[in-house]
Amino acid sequence: MSGRDAVISRIRRSLGVAEDEATRRLTVARRLETAPVAPQPAQAQSSPAERFDLFREKAEAVSATVTRVASPGEVPTEIADYLRGQNLAPRIRRGADPRLGAMPWKSVPTLEVWAGPSDGNDPVGLSHALGAAAETGTLFVTSGADNPTTLNFLPETHIVVVAAEDIEASYEATWQRLRTTHGKGTMPRTVNLISGPSRSGDIEQTILLGAHGPKRLHIIVVG
Amino acid sequence: MGDSSHSRPRVGLLVTCLVDAMRPTVGFAAVDLIEKAGCEVDVPAQTCCGQPAYNSGDRDGARLLAEAVIAAFEPYDYVVAPSGSCAAMMKQHYPGLFADDPHWHARAERFSAKVFELVSFLVDVRGMTGVEASYSGKVTYHDSCSGLRELGVREQPRKLLGSVAGLEITEMKDADVCCGFGGAFCVKYPDISNAIVGKKADNIIASGAQTVLAGDLGCLMNMAGKLARDGSKVKARHVAEVLAGMTDRPAIGESE
Amino acid sequence: MDITSPSFKENATRAIGDKSLQKALGNVERGFIYKRAKAVAAVPAFETLRDAARDIKNHTLAHLDLYLEAYADKVAATGGHVHFAETAADARDIVLDICRRVEAKTVTKGKSMITEEIALNDHLEKNGITTVETDLGEYIIQLRGEHPSHIIAPAVHLNKEQIEADFRRVHDKLPPERNLDEPVALLGEARAVLRERFLAADVGITGANFLVAETGTSIIVTNEGNGDLTQILPRVHIVVASIEKVVPTLEDASAILRVLARSATGQEMSVYTTLSTGAKRSGDPDGPDEYHVVLLDNGRSAMLGTPFEDMLRCIRCGACMNHCPVYQVVGGHAYGWVYPGPMGSVLTPTLIGVDKAGHLPNASTFCGRCESVCPMRIPLPKMMRHWRENAFARHLTPPSERSGLGVWKFLARRPALYALATGIAVRAMALLKPKGGRFRTLPFASGWTRHRDLPAPEGRTFQAMWKDRKAGK
Repeated sequence: MSGRDAVISRIRRSLGVAEDEATRRLTVARRLETAPVAPQPAQAQSSPAERFDLFREKAEAVSATVTRVASPGEVPTEIADYLRGQNLAPRIRRGADPRLGAMPWKSVPTLEVWAGPSDGNDPVGLSHALGAAAETGTLFVTSGADNPTTLNFLPETHIVVVAAEDIEASYEATWQRLRTTHGKGTMPRTVNLISGPSRSGDIEQTILLGAHGPKRLHIIVVG
Repeated sequence: MGDSSHSRPRVGLLVTCLVDAMRPTVGFAAVDLIEKAGCEVDVPAQTCCGQPAYNSGDRDGARLLAEAVIAAFEPYDYVVAPSGSCAAMMKQHYPGLFADDPHWHARAERFSAKVFELVSFLVDVRGMTGVEASYSGKVTYHDSCSGLRELGVREQPRKLLGSVAGLEITEMKDADVCCGFGGAFCVKYPDISNAIVGKKADNIIASGAQTVLAGDLGCLMNMAGKLARDGSKVKARHVAEVLAGMTDRPAIGESE
Repeated sequence: MDITSPSFKENATRAIGDKSLQKALGNVERGFIYKRAKAVAAVPAFETLRDAARDIKNHTLAHLDLYLEAYADKVAATGGHVHFAETAADARDIVLDICRRVEAKTVTKGKSMITEEIALNDHLEKNGITTVETDLGEYIIQLRGEHPSHIIAPAVHLNKEQIEADFRRVHDKLPPERNLDEPVALLGEARAVLRERFLAADVGITGANFLVAETGTSIIVTNEGNGDLTQILPRVHIVVASIEKVVPTLEDASAILRVLARSATGQEMSVYTTLSTGAKRSGDPDGPDEYHVVLLDNGRSAMLGTPFEDMLRCIRCGACMNHCPVYQVVGGHAYGWVYPGPMGSVLTPTLIGVDKAGHLPNASTFCGRCESVCPMRIPLPKMMRHWRENAFARHLTPPSERSGLGVWKFLARRPALYALATGIAVRAMALLKPKGGRFRTLPFASGWTRHRDLPAPEGRTFQAMWKDRKAGK
């Protein structure tokens, strides 16, 4: 008997159920298919008009910085300004995301832009989020050549671009967006839900930023 | 009681074994308050609600005692105890003891529905909004765990205490945190119990109150014993004594 | 790890006398209790969210066989490998086999209580594989040769001076004159040291907070980002998770996430919630080449359909221990095995036996604060009582307690005799009553009078006085 059979049959014995109970199978299949949404708190039900403000409030509450620009064309300048303001070198690494690729990087000649995953030597990573959930200021970043996961964690500063229209009210709404882009039940290798920069409270319960991941998280909302 | 009292609810007082043996004053205070709330009080022959057995894992023993309590108190309209933990035992835990016996389970359910902790009975059931009593000085109220978390006793004692002339309530830090008594726990794990009640005593003293009140005698004896050992002058009394105006007796652990 | 639960009482006494530990435990209140209360108060619907989370787990547990099959099939379909492990030993061997096959020399680890439960580090080390804990707290205690004293704050028993001393001892290539006075300096040093370890590791091992049946996904929740570096940099990612971590859908995981961080640290959401599905895809520039999930039973399937089934809802937030008056004074190590506090007092006897862990479910005042804060509404005191009943039925209760209970029960069932006996005892105590109104020592009550005075009885029993009053005396 395989480990799987042994464990599964022991569970069935404890539950007092048989393998072929059609009602149970139907219940499970239906739940996996319909993915019902549990009751949500009020903060997960913001209207489109409230959404950006709530997102910003929540992200800032967890020590991220948030700025908003009108169009993708303004992103390179905004990044250069941000890095200057933080006294950081104007050198960033980004993935192959076409939305990032289409931005006018040459308009800011001082900014050095590299593409590809990080080996740990990049001071600043740039990603484009799939979307965000306003309820807790949480970004959803998916892995792939477009947005290598290493960029989210190795650089000390992480800059994330998200389209204003992609900010949803709740986690559940963002999963629906993911299902639309990737197909139901299909996931990219990694989905990172990011709520603020890295931190640890392991030394005397004092919260310090930048434990292993980024010390700074800067969010640029476009549109 | 005369015939004229037929319209008045009949209350069976479960005095609790600790009050019975250690501090009858609390029992008389309870009788007085229940009578003031328009009820007739009786005290059937009784021993214990069975909690010591129940918490020691002796479910059968607890069940035997529960049967005796139910039988003794069945005739009354209400069953009231001046203790959150004994009341919670009877109200929340009795039916579960009879889960495998439909007849007794139904009996226990009917019984449990009639059980109340003293102060919540006065306020929630009888609608009492104040008392005519006086007590001078600052008091702080400790929320005993079972009363608080199993029966929702929190505002009721504070409300009635607010009507006591001369009494000022000052809240201590962590009033809702356990005092470390825990029945047999305090003698089975004395060092842990002591560390917990030590914090409680510090909070009581830091509140600046001259008296600590609570609704359970076990907690009160624990706190009074620790305060005394630490050399504190803070007195400990059952909340019923203050509400009934029966504070001429020495406080818990004090001499005449 | 060595089990010291049988000497819980002695462990506790030692812990209470340890000034440095007591100082560190003071941080639990500041770090957890206050923040949780604030986070919960900010969500008016929090009680509804708890109900929803409980219902999801109850539904899942009732269909656990089917959800596990769906999950395992989905992992396989996305290029991952699922290994079912019936016992801790099975799980250790599965992990070791994978590490050997890929010729791993160094393994990095994200914080995982389940690998503590199966004592994985020892097993790998014995077989020549270096394991590096990467959560800051776990790293600190690994340097000290200790085990976690808290399920989400493993080093909560330590003060920064102790951590500084350990760093100076172990990081001996760094300049001795460096300043490590502030926690931020300690963090910076750990970050730099561990960054090299992350980049050099062959295998990364994490636990899982959730396994999603719908998508074959494992989810970890962290604040530091160490779990992510553990799982994206090495060639192989191994997830070790117990079977009850499965939930049906992403929606279900989301609903439970809403109560998890709020209950644990008082955050609305932890910084990183990371979903991993399979190995890296063709075209992915980073991520592991292999993805394995070791699904551990280790006695859990036997808890289903028993009074302990509710315990399988536990999401390991730590709120029960943060709010436990006993944990607050003894700390986690006193409990003597992997899981401390109320959740441990329920779980540990199922995993190591109530004969060894019998103290744990007894060392509770039944104050109920754990249950009142448990996001999954697990009736922890009720289950501790079940263990007491189990121990009593198996005659594991100490003989002195048993005989005392026997005498008391004999009397308590005979009201007349009881009245006589209490009447005599109370009068005797009243006769002995010292002038102050309380006993400082009393031979049969030393457990009480060691630390407290015992208030003396007033002199007669209430029932005797009531009889007199009814008789008009």
